[in-house]
Amino acid sequence: MASIPEDAIPPPPIPAEQAPTQWVRRVVYRHTMPLRIMHWINAICLLILLGSGLQIFNAHPALYWGQRSTFDRPWLSLGATQNRDGKLRGVTAIGTHRFDTTGWFGVSNVNGQPAVRGFPAWATIPGPQWLAMGRAWHFFFAWIFVINGVCFFAYALWTRHLTRDLVPTRRDWRGIGRSIVDHALLRHPHGEEAARYNVLQRIAYLVVIFFFGGGVVLMGLAMSPRMDSVLGWLVDAVGGRQSARSIHFLFAMGFVAFFLIHIFEVIVTGVGNNLRSIITGRYAIEARDETHQ
Amino acid sequence: MKLINRRRRFLRDALALTGAVGLGGCDKLSETDWAPKVLGSATGLSHAAQRALARDAMAREYNEADISPVFRPNGSTDPQAPEYRALAANNFRDYRLGVGGRVAHPLSLSLDDLRALPSRTQITRHDCVEGWSVIGKWTGVQLSHVLKMAQPTKAARYVVFRCYDAMDDDSEYYESLGFDDAYHPQTLLAWELNGKALPIPNGAPLRLRVPRQLGYKMAKYLRHIELVDSFRSIEGGRGGYWEDQGYQWYAGI
Repeated sequence: MASIPEDAIPPPPIPAEQAPTQWVRRVVYRHTMPLRIMHWINAICLLILLGSGLQIFNAHPALYWGQRSTFDRPWLSLGATQNRDGKLRGVTAIGTHRFDTTGWFGVSNVNGQPAVRGFPAWATIPGPQWLAMGRAWHFFFAWIFVINGVCFFAYALWTRHLTRDLVPTRRDWRGIGRSIVDHALLRHPHGEEAARYNVLQRIAYLVVIFFFGGGVVLMGLAMSPRMDSVLGWLVDAVGGRQSARSIHFLFAMGFVAFFLIHIFEVIVTGVGNNLRSIITGRYAIEARDETHQ
Repeated sequence: MKLINRRRRFLRDALALTGAVGLGGCDKLSETDWAPKVLGSATGLSHAAQRALARDAMAREYNEADISPVFRPNGSTDPQAPEYRALAANNFRDYRLGVGGRVAHPLSLSLDDLRALPSRTQITRHDCVEGWSVIGKWTGVQLSHVLKMAQPTKAARYVVFRCYDAMDDDSEYYESLGFDDAYHPQTLLAWELNGKALPIPNGAPLRLRVPRQLGYKMAKYLRHIELVDSFRSIEGGRGGYWEDQGYQWYAGI
């Protein structure tokens, strides 16, 4: 799907009689500066929180449900076994299903040698096994993530970005079926429609910001033994501290899934235009040229 | 087509490079003197926020049914110091817990002396810094009770716990608490786990319980308690064996 034309290359001239509607490129101011700054702070925080979070996970690469760890029955574990020939194999176990994930999970190369570690070194911050440093990165950027999130919420309420741009309108809800089909066919809105968030975009942003974002922070707090003295209700509501740890991890994976879809959509709807709009705020759309009508 | 391929390759390489510089940058920063200090500043914020929000709130206490079948030990599980081996050989009958430093009344308490004090039993969760949790039933004397007997002087600000277990580099395990946690009602000097004398892997004969912090704060194999005005001059100066390896002194998160 060709999307909004990027810079320079003008479309070949089309005789007016063959083209009843003329499209011209118009630049709109799409993202305000505070939103752009908060977007990038958030992106950096999430990247570091993910890497340092995987580092912390690697200290005990297994997840459980309940208040305490049932060591012989994790629902997810990234472990290792040794073959008869002495070679290390990475084993990912989900419930009773076991998968050989050598090279990725359980066993991966460190300095060219296979090593037993949950997630591979390239995915963790810092790279080598170093729990204390992973925690230092994680908690520092967790504070920035939370402060940035609170600023975003206040700003989005104050400027009506939340109610105007993010909450789907009635018309949006009615068009959700068509929007799903359009997304599946990589058919993206053109013209003035491209200047506003479409319904799936709105739902995705709201879910990621409030459900994933709020949830990941609450589940992080529910893992703190000190906070549990006042958040007991929350810990019990999700089934216990080990459940909170599992859900914290799942929210993080939710962010990864969102990130992949987000990057995919950015690419298929025009990398240059999208990147410019989140850096400078300026976003090009194809608008109907009324002068030729 | 060639151009597109080249452009694609460039994009891919650029992405890989950015990733490597970004993540490698984190590794490099971790090795500097200043970056860990900046990152560590967040712990002060966490401590202040948690103190304000949770104050003296009690850690959750569980039922007998919640107790873990095995209370997983971590760190030292069988200290080899001759002094400790001698005590263990005699079932800790000659054990004495010393309490000294900045106190009006230094103490030397045997296990029988400790057991004669009012005791507290609590079923609490133990959260390891690695991420796992176990639940156990602990019996011991409140640390606050022992501190009241020893009467810390006005200069005292921290309680330092010296232990029998030597770590890999032959330095002895030690830990420290501020007074807010030291005087918390659930902070115990425990001699019993799940109704039985504390086993050696779990810290016999006496270990610290601080259920609102992580496992490494709960020093095992207690030898001596020392009241100090500052822990800067002790060992690595950061208030504990793991703290000296870079872990946070405040371990409530």
